[in-house]
Amino acid sequence: MGLTRGSTGLGAVDTGLLIQRLAESDRVFALAGNPNVGKSTVFNALTGMNQHTGNWPGKTVATAQGRCLRRGRGMVFVDLPGTYSLLAHSAEEEAARDFLCFGGGDGAVVVCDATCLERNLNLVLQVLEITPRIVVCVNLLDEAARKGIQVDLEGLERSLGVPVAGTSARSGRGLEGMLCRLEQMAGQPAPGRPLGVVYPQVIEDGVSLLVPALRPAVGERLNLRWLALRLLEGDESLSRALCAYLGEDILQRPAVAEALAAAKNLLSQHGWGQRELEEAMVGAIVATAESVAAGVVCAPAQGPSEGDRRLDRLFTSRRTGIPVMLLLLAAVFWLTITGANYPSQLLSTGLFALGDWLTQGLAALGCPQWLLSPLMDGAYRVLAWVVAVMLPPMAIFFPLFTLLEDFGYLPRVAFNLDRCFQCARACGKQSLTMMMGFGCNAAGVVGCRIIDSPRERLIAIITNSFVPCNGRFPTLILLLTVFFIGGGEGFWPSVLSALGLTGVIVLGVGATLLVSRILSATILRGMPSAFALELPPYRRPQIVPVLVRSVLDRTLFVLGRAAAVAAPAGLVIWLMANITLGEATLLHHCAAFLDPFARLLGMDGVILLAFILGFPANEIVVPIIIMSYLSAGSLMELESTAQLHALLVQNGWTWATAGSVILFSLMHWPCSTTCLTIRKETGSWKWTAVSLLVPTLGGMLLCFLFTAAVRLLGLV
Amino acid sequence: MEHTDMGQLRDGQRGLVFGIDEAGAMGRRLRDMGLVRGTQVECLHHSPFGDPAAYLIRGAVIALRREDSRRVQIELL
Repeated sequence: MGLTRGSTGLGAVDTGLLIQRLAESDRVFALAGNPNVGKSTVFNALTGMNQHTGNWPGKTVATAQGRCLRRGRGMVFVDLPGTYSLLAHSAEEEAARDFLCFGGGDGAVVVCDATCLERNLNLVLQVLEITPRIVVCVNLLDEAARKGIQVDLEGLERSLGVPVAGTSARSGRGLEGMLCRLEQMAGQPAPGRPLGVVYPQVIEDGVSLLVPALRPAVGERLNLRWLALRLLEGDESLSRALCAYLGEDILQRPAVAEALAAAKNLLSQHGWGQRELEEAMVGAIVATAESVAAGVVCAPAQGPSEGDRRLDRLFTSRRTGIPVMLLLLAAVFWLTITGANYPSQLLSTGLFALGDWLTQGLAALGCPQWLLSPLMDGAYRVLAWVVAVMLPPMAIFFPLFTLLEDFGYLPRVAFNLDRCFQCARACGKQSLTMMMGFGCNAAGVVGCRIIDSPRERLIAIITNSFVPCNGRFPTLILLLTVFFIGGGEGFWPSVLSALGLTGVIVLGVGATLLVSRILSATILRGMPSAFALELPPYRRPQIVPVLVRSVLDRTLFVLGRAAAVAAPAGLVIWLMANITLGEATLLHHCAAFLDPFARLLGMDGVILLAFILGFPANEIVVPIIIMSYLSAGSLMELESTAQLHALLVQNGWTWATAGSVILFSLMHWPCSTTCLTIRKETGSWKWTAVSLLVPTLGGMLLCFLFTAAVRLLGLV
Repeated sequence: MEHTDMGQLRDGQRGLVFGIDEAGAMGRRLRDMGLVRGTQVECLHHSPFGDPAAYLIRGAVIALRREDSRRVQIELL
């Protein structure tokens, strides 16, 4: 479901699927389809909801829903996870299947890709077995036309026996027509006889044995033929869902059990084992799809276009794949660093001027000093820092990353890095969840649902926070710029910062791999399971909408977090700096308490305290450090990196301190939201604790070794 | 005709599937991709570290690890 306001941060904590009908008369439709067919684009266009399209399979791991109003009647759309089939029993497929079977909707739209209709028809045929109440939406007609592919929509409608509508969702073409067909369908009884897949005779005989036995138990609630096929296949996850839906275990009914035994007996008499059965079922579906497609699609020989082949050679070949990947990463960072400079300064000047003005205004209104100080010097100041320093890089990096994602580059990164994950005995999809972590670790953790094996999913969850999320980037950038680049402005310093940051990311990825390998050899022992990764065609990203949407998204998100977390944290810091206990302030006591331990890690008590207070949101770590130093020191204005450098050096920082803080920022406990999400996703406090301890201990060990090495070698 | 497995295909080579040597979840997944008897596959390119490789299967480009693609028997074309 992509990195949006809804899927990152607290929104990532999924609350399960609850259909939100706003009015009694609302109709509910599911949106099903293969991955990468523009299903989410259709969804967005229909509901106007803030949900963006994605390029990797299983992106919509949690179902999203949106509503639109037509002629006074609401239509609720539920965006199901993208799947190729409903038979392979992955988490996404079960979610999609369960909604189609038991969701109680008024119908479904199956979105297909006109450029490879045949493969998409597999899913259409499978959905048709569950319910005939569908409209087939043949999307990407514009792309197909460019490739010289023509689809005979009327012919397809005749073959399938259900309504077919052609669309180009990106330009909005055809959507109105599709909605009309959908309304029409919902208002009428189910279409008579849609196309069904005919299976080999033995299977059909087995089905005929089962259907009469099932009828008394199930009635009209489910399609009996489909149910019989699934029972023959012995689908266990379905039996659980079925029990819950029907309120009884139908296999316990003697008639059903007998019929099933007889049918299975029949199959084994003909020498059909599980594998032959599955092969025959899929084979029949594929053959039907092939013959339908052959009748309606007129296309030249297919395959990736020459342009796509050239891009793939550049992005994934032995010689250029990895260097281009690192260069792209560095370029994204460079744009982020350079682009953030100016708005940062502007915001900083503006917000602090506003702060002064507010202070004077409040004082003039007679606001007492005991209230004014904590509010303005505490809460407001940290809030202003978060907005000025942290917001601009976040608001730039995030959309850039989204553009790369929309372009189709991220699956190529997964392709390039897969060998490393294989060596770490981890799932190949882990690189995708790792990349989601760049946006937000909580979203990355939810994304781990795309990994089917529980062992590999846990590894991916535990190691997700080794990649710095959007909230940690500005900290890394700031420290790299101030301490390692010398804080100069201009082209070269920013390039060096970008390269430094790339190095830090490479370190994070290395830690991910190493820890995954260690986990695979110890508490999560095992070998990697199989996976298939689709490399979708490259698509020109919708630059302007993506920029506008995700910049706004980020800004609102950060502002919301700033108000919720940074302001209270600022208040706490102010209070700690001003409440005196005995000889010294509370802040001093706390920092002094943490200091000996923090020194071992190459930091000081204030820094460690800031990391602890930054538990709710990593964005506030640096602002808290600055606030704490300011409250103790004499310097009150910070307008340039040189002044920041001076403040930090005044408080005993060296380049080695900055190095330790960078390392610790990369590897410490995940933020509270991520922890909550891990608890939710694993359902276990034990694994939440492991996910908290592994990066924390790793980071502490690394900082300790780094500091010890620096001291031993006498580098500071 | 030469029989081999899909993992052996070099860039640009093509083959026809005649069987999948795997009953479990992966077999199902491979079949869902459209890898059934008679399907034509083409190896497009290998990743920088040599594994996985990208295959053209029924109009889609799918990356498979050698560990998995070697379960698919093919006839070289």
